[in-house]
Amino acid sequence: MLRYTINRLLLMIPTLFGVAVLVFVLLRMMPGDIVELRFLMDGGQVSEETLQAERVRLGLDKPLALQFFDWMKGLVVGDFGVSMWTGRPVIDEIASRLELSLQVAIMATILATLIALPLGTIAALYKDTWIDQVIRVFAIAGLAVPSFWLGMLMILFLLLNFNWIPPLTFTPIYVDPWLNLSQLIWPAIAVGYRYSAVATRMTRSTILEVLQEDYIRTARAKGVFERLVVARHAMRNAMLPVVTVIGLEFAFLIGGLVVTEQVFNLNGIGKLFVETVTRADYTMVQALVMLVAAFFIFINFAVDLLYAALDPRIRYS
Amino acid sequence: MTFTTTTPEITYKVPKRHHPVIHFAVTQPLGAAGLVFIIVMFIAGFFAHLVAPYDPLALDYSVMLGAPTWDHWMGTDAYGRDVFSRIIYGARTALSVGLLSSLLGSSIGAAIGVISAYFGGRIDMIIQRLMDILLSFPIIVLALAVVAVLGKNLIGGLDVNLIFAIAIPIVPKVARVVRSSALAIREMPYIDAARAAGYGHGRIIFRHMAPNVVAPFLIMFTAFIAQAILLEASLSFLGLGVTEPTAAWGLMLSGASQEFYSQAPWMIIFPGVAISLAVFSFNLFGDSLRDWLDPKIKL
Repeated sequence: MLRYTINRLLLMIPTLFGVAVLVFVLLRMMPGDIVELRFLMDGGQVSEETLQAERVRLGLDKPLALQFFDWMKGLVVGDFGVSMWTGRPVIDEIASRLELSLQVAIMATILATLIALPLGTIAALYKDTWIDQVIRVFAIAGLAVPSFWLGMLMILFLLLNFNWIPPLTFTPIYVDPWLNLSQLIWPAIAVGYRYSAVATRMTRSTILEVLQEDYIRTARAKGVFERLVVARHAMRNAMLPVVTVIGLEFAFLIGGLVVTEQVFNLNGIGKLFVETVTRADYTMVQALVMLVAAFFIFINFAVDLLYAALDPRIRYS
Repeated sequence: MTFTTTTPEITYKVPKRHHPVIHFAVTQPLGAAGLVFIIVMFIAGFFAHLVAPYDPLALDYSVMLGAPTWDHWMGTDAYGRDVFSRIIYGARTALSVGLLSSLLGSSIGAAIGVISAYFGGRIDMIIQRLMDILLSFPIIVLALAVVAVLGKNLIGGLDVNLIFAIAIPIVPKVARVVRSSALAIREMPYIDAARAAGYGHGRIIFRHMAPNVVAPFLIMFTAFIAQAILLEASLSFLGLGVTEPTAAWGLMLSGASQEFYSQAPWMIIFPGVAISLAVFSFNLFGDSLRDWLDPKIKL
């Protein structure tokens, strides 16, 4: 087990290195660098010398291989550099926005799990009845409704019915929980609906699979109450794939936040990402992509470990 | 003592063989409903110039932000353009981008999956690692980066680079599923036979293995049309996909509608319904197609 864990941790390095190479190359292929974007944006006349001096200051004049090497050197010791646009350390820029995005993501996950587990189980128990069909339509609709549109509808609804819109400035939950929740619950619902749809479908199909197992028949034959059969025998064993989906979707939430944060005008990671890409802020984009990728790979790994913890039959070697 | 033996009348219930389309419609009513809507969308999109009552680009400043009327069924937007006509033309954009990018992504993914499974060993390992790298980029982030890198490249009114950007995130997912199907096929005796007959790798991969992964390919292809439409809408919404003045559903939700939608809710309600219905019907159809073809495949 320990050996497996170490192996998996070591395997993350080449994958992350690949991500690093990919994002580095992609960014350098983008037309126009940050210096051009910044100085020539307003159509102003700036001499070639000024542009060149700025490039030297940002280290963009160095050969690409050296730039990449410098970046890697920084990454190894946890130094992400400074934002090319604002001049502030990348870490600070990200940290100030991570709290908000992470809170929305966690709230959406809790919401999705609370909806998905009961709905998916009910759908499986009432398979092929109208209850199942209604839940199926609810779930497929969740995959179809764009989260940003759902967000706009919510704002519209609140505005027309209560003449109220969620506050625009972020208040941390430990400062004023009520104000914080009244702002973040809406984006959490908007993203969480889609998320719950995925998890509901997974729960339904795994519960159905588990109900075919011999030990379910044994339990029923022993005269165990149906409610206990479902709760103890079926649900517990159906948790594995559900946990996987919940874990994997959590990593994808960060992507889903890109559009939703735009709608609610939230200053989070997703909005930062769109801004920095359009500004060609290399250091920021690189750091953000690495962060998201590392997060995704780590969640994948954590899910696998959780598998072994939840199911004693699974032993990695 | 006499025995009278009577042969009981045995009636076999011979299942009537229906045409596959009818069989699909009977066993998968929800999927059939989805298919019907998809066909309606295709007709509307293809004959948009005949169906739409107005030119989707025609500005009419006398009816800016107009509420739905008999003249403008879904109202008008901030420039007085007819929302209904723009939705009809938007179907053309959504369907062509969705279909083409899903086809491109699924085909490349399927080819990679089969090749990876066929060769196995080191090649398989390298391909899998590359797919892992692509997978660990969140879809929208990857598409954003590709759009930014490639810029716009219009051919026949369609942004080819946008199609490419939406196709790339589809590749690793399809590759993964197709690979696992192809791994089982690789062990089949007829593959050994083909190898023994001295056929080349290319022939075995494309003539013997590929036809046997058509079922997962079709399922993934339809499932990803829905995702591609959604992704196109998200990118256009962010201003990185289809750009003005082309009619596209995601685009109709951004820009001026962001400022005016509290006064003119029809500007955002109808395009959103269009996106949701399109994705919904492709999902319904894809889901039922999976149940019908091969319920074991997990997406």
